[in-house]
Amino acid sequence: MYRWGMVIDLDRCTGCQACVVACRQENNIAFGGEDQAKLGRAKFWMNLISDVKGAYPDVEMQFIPIPCMHCDRPPCIKVCPVAATYKNPEGVVAQVYPRCIGVRMCISNCPYTVRYFNWHAPSWPAEYKKGLNPDVYRRRKGITEKCNFCIQRIRRAKETAKKEKRKIRDGEAVPACAETCPSEAIYFGDLNDPKSQVSRLSKSRRAFRLMEDLGTEPKVFYLKEGEWNDG
Amino acid sequence: MTDREAIAQKHSRILAPLTRMGWPFLITAGLLSAIFLWSFFAFGWQYVWGLGVTGMGHPVSWALYLVNFVFFIGISHAGTLISAILRITHAGWRTPVTRAAEVVTVFALAAGPTNILFDLGRSIRFHWVAIHAQFKSPLLWDFTCIMTYFVTCVLFLYVLMIPDIALLRDRFPRRRWFYGLLSLGWIGTERQERILKRASTFLCIAVIPIAVSVHTVVSWVFGMQTQPMWHSTIFGPYFVAGAIYSGIAAIILVAAILRKVYRLEEYLQPIHFNNLGLLLLTMALLWFYFTLAEYLTTFYGGSTDELAVFWVKLTGKYSPMFWLMVLFCFIIPFPILAMKRTRTILGTSIVSISVLIGMWLERYLIIIPTLSQPRLPYGRGSYMPSWVEWSMMAGLSAGFVLAIVLFSKFFPVISIWEMEKEEKEKTSNSK
Repeated sequence: MYRWGMVIDLDRCTGCQACVVACRQENNIAFGGEDQAKLGRAKFWMNLISDVKGAYPDVEMQFIPIPCMHCDRPPCIKVCPVAATYKNPEGVVAQVYPRCIGVRMCISNCPYTVRYFNWHAPSWPAEYKKGLNPDVYRRRKGITEKCNFCIQRIRRAKETAKKEKRKIRDGEAVPACAETCPSEAIYFGDLNDPKSQVSRLSKSRRAFRLMEDLGTEPKVFYLKEGEWNDG
Repeated sequence: MTDREAIAQKHSRILAPLTRMGWPFLITAGLLSAIFLWSFFAFGWQYVWGLGVTGMGHPVSWALYLVNFVFFIGISHAGTLISAILRITHAGWRTPVTRAAEVVTVFALAAGPTNILFDLGRSIRFHWVAIHAQFKSPLLWDFTCIMTYFVTCVLFLYVLMIPDIALLRDRFPRRRWFYGLLSLGWIGTERQERILKRASTFLCIAVIPIAVSVHTVVSWVFGMQTQPMWHSTIFGPYFVAGAIYSGIAAIILVAAILRKVYRLEEYLQPIHFNNLGLLLLTMALLWFYFTLAEYLTTFYGGSTDELAVFWVKLTGKYSPMFWLMVLFCFIIPFPILAMKRTRTILGTSIVSISVLIGMWLERYLIIIPTLSQPRLPYGRGSYMPSWVEWSMMAGLSAGFVLAIVLFSKFFPVISIWEMEKEEKEKTSNSK
């Protein structure tokens, strides 16, 4: 059994936001427009947060890409009254769009605030529509959506592997964000495979997870920035 | 028959609203209906264009609808709970206020959960909560408790009204088909009396734990979530106390208005308002105690996430609302209720309005600040209700008042048979 996980090396992240764009493109994330974004309704399955410390000339800027953490003990799942969200056997926390009735309790109980609601019917610019991904459901208004580690790509990789009667190779199933990242800061793979890159990196001394104290057991690991000056 | 005629004559004041229909009634009902119908338009608008027409967003994804949900369920608490407790403890002064209290309960309980319907992304799939029930969700517990409470309260109101409906059946021949059906053939035999007594005792005892469970579970919708200033063990009792507090205020206000409009001075006397005022005073102190305990514990604990919400309430963006809440929920009510001189009908009515506003603010301050200050600080946001949300709130409140007004035109707002019974007992005691 696979157990999908992600490692994001903050030392390598340049804050270019290519992951954010690739994610939108891959997952048919609707365009809300500027007005909607101002109301906080922009959807970022992969979100890039920047933190500015200090003032000119002593400025330090840090970036942190935030997808869904795919918790092993997800707080969002147990609160849904209609079981519209679940953790699949491979550890991906997924949303069942046709089942969702838009209660939004999963949104309010997510400590990472990475679940997004469709406040309006989805819309895209006309030119953009030709490029919509046929593999991904276009969410309608009134339901919740979230990052699912590009589950469609995992499925495709599984089908290929099954035809060839083997397991998925490390690096064969890769979400759009990881594939795009120009500085190769995002790794994705099977945490159950001790030889996979993610499983080795997740045990690194630099590895940490967000809000571990909540006991949510996220499967997205971050690698701390190196302390260059300390040598 | 003549005996009934005599009773009806004696209580003509109570029956008067059922026979008269003047301009004041038509104007009030018309105005309320207009506001009520307007909310249907607003809901249609929201249904077609999506929840985007509200002011909600990310991270404040629950807002005014949830506030009104908790507020109305809170109001529903006083009625039946108070009525049941007063019956069980044989509080002699209760009789003229119980019916009004039960009516407030039933309609508030109809209004409260309607807000959840407005709040759903796909309202038309509301029944899926029952069909695809997921038992770990506090919302399902809510659904179960509220439905149980609603059924019990409707039964409670109805069963205790049967003898009065029978009286109306004989009094209004033109509405005989309606009252005749509802009176279930009540003629006041000894057997019927016995069944009624047993049924009402059973309902009285059953309704108390159900009422407590309802608001506890409503609080758990928030308390079970691990969000700062929601995840608190006192939320259950805090919400129940707050609910009874706002509920008693609603009863006092309704009783005062009914007294004035229908000239029920001889039934609803200053003593009733004095006693209800004392109950309200108890709840005011309890509310203050709970609020102090909740905020002091949070502050002293000093956890960063909790303090972010704490300070935004006390000194930040929500501080005007917070201090208004303290003013309306404690500073105004306490001195007025504490002094016998001011614990009059006017005094308790003013306090009731203040408490209702204050408790609405409390619900708002429990829900919105927490959502606006999530743990990851980047996601912080604010919220301003849109015209749709205000319309729904106005429509719902108008509908609630309209339902009470219409009820008072078809059924007596004071329990006639219980007044009679009480009088009989008094005279037999004095003999």
